[in-house]
Amino acid sequence: MTISNTSAVDYNFDVVRQFTVMTVIWGIVGTLVGVLIAGQLIWPALNFETPWLTYSRLRPLHTNAVIFAFGTSALFATSYYVVQRTCQTRLFGGKLASFTFWGWQAVILSAVISLPLGYTSSKEYAELEWPIDILIAVVWISYAIVFFGTLIKRKTSHIYVANWFFGGFILTVAVLHIGNSMVIPVSMMKSYSIYPGAIDAMMQWWYGHNAVGFLLTAGFLGMMYYFVPKQAERPVYSYRLSIVHFWALVSLYIWAGPHHLHYTALPDWAQSVGMVMSIVLFLPSWGGMINGIMTLSGAWHKLRHDPILRFLIVSLSFYGMSTFEGPMMAIKSVNALSHYTDWTVGHVHSGALGWVAMVSIGAMYHLIPVLFNQGRMYSIRLISIHFWIHTIGIVLYIVAMWISGVMQGLMWRAVNTDGTLTYSFVESLTASYPFYFIRFVGGVLVVSGFLLMAYNMFKTIGAKDGSLKAIEEA
Amino acid sequence: MDYGTLRGLVALLILALFIIIVVWSYSKKRKSSFDDVANSIFEEDLALREQAAKENKARHLDINNKQETNNNV
Repeated sequence: MTISNTSAVDYNFDVVRQFTVMTVIWGIVGTLVGVLIAGQLIWPALNFETPWLTYSRLRPLHTNAVIFAFGTSALFATSYYVVQRTCQTRLFGGKLASFTFWGWQAVILSAVISLPLGYTSSKEYAELEWPIDILIAVVWISYAIVFFGTLIKRKTSHIYVANWFFGGFILTVAVLHIGNSMVIPVSMMKSYSIYPGAIDAMMQWWYGHNAVGFLLTAGFLGMMYYFVPKQAERPVYSYRLSIVHFWALVSLYIWAGPHHLHYTALPDWAQSVGMVMSIVLFLPSWGGMINGIMTLSGAWHKLRHDPILRFLIVSLSFYGMSTFEGPMMAIKSVNALSHYTDWTVGHVHSGALGWVAMVSIGAMYHLIPVLFNQGRMYSIRLISIHFWIHTIGIVLYIVAMWISGVMQGLMWRAVNTDGTLTYSFVESLTASYPFYFIRFVGGVLVVSGFLLMAYNMFKTIGAKDGSLKAIEEA
Repeated sequence: MDYGTLRGLVALLILALFIIIVVWSYSKKRKSSFDDVANSIFEEDLALREQAAKENKARHLDINNKQETNNNV
């Protein structure tokens, strides 16, 4: 097939296409590793007695693959697309944009190799060792130059709100990554953090929670502010609310990290700050969610026909659920029950599979035909099927983890009248097995959905140029 | 001025800034320009179509048709 840049502005869609295709591929890989380790929790023999396939090494591979390979590729693709379209100018720094693609894929490949080999800094979501960290920093700064360079040479007077969220996300992730990755290397693949004890823990969760807040939230809100109005074919519900949403979200998120360290050696006042800020965070989160969902007001019927819009709107519902659940779990007394249990795992996946994955999948289904000169995806029916199996998969997953998590929390804290523990740890583990199986089934459904998506994508890419015509609504 | 007072003042300053942002974005004067911005993501397609019409190439029409609606159902 031939790909022609036919618009008035000669947009750089090549890099967008590359990231779009890789988003789907990494989506399959990341969730597949997740299903494997979910299986290992039920059938430990699935590590095949190989150190490289043990849970402890594959779990960070799973989180890195879904967050940095799948999620971040989706962010690269959409931010490069949106910034060009809304600024009506070609992407800044042609070769540099291409470098961000190859550089980022190199980062992911290094993760795929080094994590199973056992190289890890042991910091959650920042496991990669220092040489890879340096590569990440170089790629990320290039990303910032490409993105902000494009903003600077824009042809429009205003910077559309989606770009504010993308810009905030790019800038903050650079600061977080460089701040948290300050280490003293002792060999090629081993280093120690420069921060001591509780300060290191606080740095880690300042990084960790803002990876959630800026990478997995602000970035994807940028996606939401462009693709929801675009797919619904109506402007965002309230542009004014979106401005307040942006400033409230970015000024509050940065303080919420300490809620990961309740009842630890972190000073009590810092824990309380983290708790209060997490609760306040509920307001901008729901402001944004309402803004997205209400964009559809007066056009709800579109949900009936358009599975892509369904992905986008249901992602916002999951976003609303997660951002209600999150502040609640940040309350110290609730956290005393939920922390270290499967409830946390359920919460993360309602955010990751519900919000992040669904909004990305919706955006990709919107983007693929546009990028490959087609009027629509190869099969709308397959998108609809994908929507349902993905949704059922998530629901199975998070309901199983809620029940399992609350049960674990209650069992661990139960004491007999003489003060001894009612249950041993193994008893709580045995009780969790049925829920681990339900979670496994949910995961299998999610992976199957991604496989359908890949099939649909390659059929769309392979189709003759312009042969898939958009179907007009009756 | 001790550190505690300074921090308190900074907090007040940030609160004031936030209130200014809210008042500014909700002022009546800004309404119409914000409406324009919110609609700007659809205008880009219009610009593309005009350009294509000028150049009058068939392959452009296909693409513009798609970029305008993407009505996938």
